[in-house]
Amino acid sequence: MSPRKTTGGMPRDRALTAEMAEERIYVASQAQLMWWKFRRHRMAVASAILVIILYLVAILAEFVAPYDPNETDTKFLFVPPRAIRFWGPKGLSLRPFVYGLTVHVDDETYRTTWTEDTSVQYPIHFLVHGAPYKTWGLIKSDIHLFGLQDGRKGVFLLGTDKLGQDLLTRIVFGSRISLSIGLVGIAISLMLGISIGGVSGFYGGFVDILVQRVIEFIRSIPDIPLWMALSAALPADLPPLTRYFGITVILSFIGWTGLARVVRGSFLALREQDFVLAATLSGASEWRVIMRHMVPSFMSYLIASTTLAIPGMILGETSLSFLGLGLRPPVVSWGVMLRDAQHLRFVAQAPWLLLPGLFVVLSVLSFNFVGDGLRDAVDPYAR
Amino acid sequence: MIQYILRRTLLLIPTLLVISLVTFIIIQLPPGDFLTAYMSNLRAQGESVTQDVIDGLRVRYGLDQPIYVQYFRWLWHFVQGDMGVSFLWNKPVGELIWGLVGMTVAISAAALVLQWMFAIPLGIFSAVRQYSIPDYIFTTIAFIATGIPHFLIALVLMWVIWSLTGFNVTGMFSRDFVNAPWSWAKVLDFLKHIWVAVFILGFLGAAGLMRTMRANMLDELNKPYVQTARAKGVSERRLLIKYPVRVALNPFVSTVGWSLPGLISGNIITSIVLGLPTAGPLLFDALMAQDMYLAGSFLMILSVLTVIGTFLSDILLGVLDPRIRFE
Repeated sequence: MSPRKTTGGMPRDRALTAEMAEERIYVASQAQLMWWKFRRHRMAVASAILVIILYLVAILAEFVAPYDPNETDTKFLFVPPRAIRFWGPKGLSLRPFVYGLTVHVDDETYRTTWTEDTSVQYPIHFLVHGAPYKTWGLIKSDIHLFGLQDGRKGVFLLGTDKLGQDLLTRIVFGSRISLSIGLVGIAISLMLGISIGGVSGFYGGFVDILVQRVIEFIRSIPDIPLWMALSAALPADLPPLTRYFGITVILSFIGWTGLARVVRGSFLALREQDFVLAATLSGASEWRVIMRHMVPSFMSYLIASTTLAIPGMILGETSLSFLGLGLRPPVVSWGVMLRDAQHLRFVAQAPWLLLPGLFVVLSVLSFNFVGDGLRDAVDPYAR
Repeated sequence: MIQYILRRTLLLIPTLLVISLVTFIIIQLPPGDFLTAYMSNLRAQGESVTQDVIDGLRVRYGLDQPIYVQYFRWLWHFVQGDMGVSFLWNKPVGELIWGLVGMTVAISAAALVLQWMFAIPLGIFSAVRQYSIPDYIFTTIAFIATGIPHFLIALVLMWVIWSLTGFNVTGMFSRDFVNAPWSWAKVLDFLKHIWVAVFILGFLGAAGLMRTMRANMLDELNKPYVQTARAKGVSERRLLIKYPVRVALNPFVSTVGWSLPGLISGNIITSIVLGLPTAGPLLFDALMAQDMYLAGSFLMILSVLTVIGTFLSDILLGVLDPRIRFE
């Protein structure tokens, strides 16, 4: 993609635009260059968009989700994912609809089987009035992105679980917990990592040796058993918010070590640089040298490493909650939901219970791609 | 070299002490001591416990002593191989853990061999044929595989196998074989159950290793010494194996020690999902029941194994790469 390749032997105007492009590169700011490089990484851009959508959905959960996440309904147990249709016995309908449902309960096994009743069509409307909610405890409303009219139930795009709860609704609400735990966890890790890694790298000497020993020690304990042990030690009767915070701290307990290493390595490398020496000689205070001169030069690299560390947090929460050691109902997270799919019995009856896992994988892969793209983009020596 | 080994050995002692201290803290973390949990367990079973019995047990386990005395007592017993009693199983902890080691190590070792068998050749191949179609395929698969939690794949595989063949892969044996004496049919049945775990741990674990191997190889392939060797006319295959592969394997050697605790802990969550009686589910049960002697000893063993593994890795690296000895 180097613009130089396009010059020579080309029509004059194209060579001219190539030259202009080259000039643009010379005068571009660092951020501009990174953005151009990042943009070339198609998967990273697509993933970044997906991540943004996922977070938007998480923020607007009450609006996007058609129902209330904890509302159970014994009339709709284990409904399989419903198909949205445009075409039925009554011909083409521009408004999407779902068929009615009839249930059959086996007399011996009590297994429920659902069949679609093609004689009834329920049109799906957008911005319908449904279950009332309070967004973030502030704005009262009952408008949902889509649903059936008159507050009727039955869309269930991703099916329902053993309590008749709508899976899509729960996945949307679960994203709020599962995705935010990554961000909060990484924020804590980052604070710890920057301060401890910074002190270690900037001062060196005895402090450095001590910090490095501690980091090596923490990293030497296998992470899953350690996470399990620590979260098992949390009292069982903690209120949900405290538990959420506790789990986040436990995940960060290992997470900070990796970031601290990045920060330390950067400080060690930068400490010897001429511009740092120049700043010090000009009488800049230690704090100013660090914040104004050193931090900006490794910030982008740190952001890339941070992005790559988020999936670990999401996976950690999912695994712990899946085992029952992390978050617990009534809190809804993807891991908590996957707990329903722990036994073959349930999965065999309702394979759609595995769907929260798909969202875990989607978000983890997206973060990985974005992080990969960022890492390439911020590396000035990358091809 | 001897000095290097000595220095490393001396470093082991403080690390092990810190590990024991942290493990002890974790054992102490749940509210109340382990007798409170024990008592509530007994009461739940409907047995009445008098205060005298509790006090007696308290003295017997040294729980009336100050905390640091308890720590040294526990450490002293641990060093002698007495890891305390699991009240969940009412058996000595050591007996419980060692009883499961064989199975766990067998699964993990098989997975480890599989990982290396896939990861190293594929990593080398991908690096040598960078940006070729197979390289893209392998790296994409590896990238995706590193992002998917293993237990999720276990769940999906379990379901797929069930819905295709009606075969339940959970557990080690089918119901008919659990108490049957060993026979060819039982071995076959065992293999039918176990391959899922080995496949998941081996094949998916290989993904991360393969990426490392590829990255290392790419770093080395452009180095001047490789060009020199090529200029001298060394055949391409010989050149690869003799120079860059050897250097690229260094990080593998430095992590081989880390797989030592992995051999014992296996992949805990995958084992739980697949219902395999390895050491992982034992730890899980212990943690759930707050059977802290069992859980703590387990963590302690894992950490000690990690430290020993790292130590062995360091020595091996020192042997392989003389530069490291002088750092």
